[in-house]
Amino acid sequence: MEILFYIFSALTLLCGLLVVFNPFSRNPVTSAMFLVLTIICMSGLFVLLKAFFLAAVQILVYAGAVIVLFLFVIMLMNIKEEERQRFRKFGTFLGAAAVAGLAWILVTTVMNSRTGERSVANNTGETKELGELLFTNYVLPFEIVSLLLLVAMVGCILLSKTPETEEEAE
Amino acid sequence: MTHVGLEHYLVVSAALFCLGLLGVVIRRNLIVMYMSLELMLNAATLALVAFSHHQPPSPHGSPLDGQIMVFFIITVAAAEVAVGLALIVALYRKRQTTDVADLTSMKL
Repeated sequence: MEILFYIFSALTLLCGLLVVFNPFSRNPVTSAMFLVLTIICMSGLFVLLKAFFLAAVQILVYAGAVIVLFLFVIMLMNIKEEERQRFRKFGTFLGAAAVAGLAWILVTTVMNSRTGERSVANNTGETKELGELLFTNYVLPFEIVSLLLLVAMVGCILLSKTPETEEEAE
Repeated sequence: MTHVGLEHYLVVSAALFCLGLLGVVIRRNLIVMYMSLELMLNAATLALVAFSHHQPPSPHGSPLDGQIMVFFIITVAAAEVAVGLALIVALYRKRQTTDVADLTSMKL
């Protein structure tokens, strides 16, 4: 089990790095494809953490729906490579330094927190238990989230609708 | 090989979060920045699932609370992606660009 953790986390971080910096291609489609790989490796980590339902949902929702949405938008806009290759040295250096500082803070916090002693892996991510919890203790957030999805749907339609005045102008 | 505990997952999560933040800070393409945002959200969900798995048994709350939270995060992220991409498409229609350096209309 340990070796699987190392394989999956290394693949997750490698693919995540290739989403952000790909030395071979600046095409957004490549980034989207590596994002799919990252998400699949992360659902492998979820399986190792015994969250089987969430692993399935991760693949269905992210790799299935969200990435398709990304690819659809990329193809709709017909973006080729990023034209602008001028390297902003100062901004890149400043950003990388800030992020490295944040990474240092996070890792030292995790290392100093001494969670190892009492971290006993106990529960199982049974889908049945999750569903029961979702419809008893968490029924109000569940309904609110359904409302949020409805609002998002209406918002998307409203945003992507072409205004009639523009059509007349064209 | 050592035993893989909570802190291993938290370090992976922190590294993934920092990668996403680096993408948001450095890349100039709006769509790639948005993908980096998704990476950061995924790092947060990984940390929550790890916490949920290693939670000690307690009378308050169920050990599956973290996973429920992740379920809601995934739902909200799906809604957020839909609205955000609609905004980007609307912006592209008006400006014909997805480069953040070109979006300077609020500059004095």
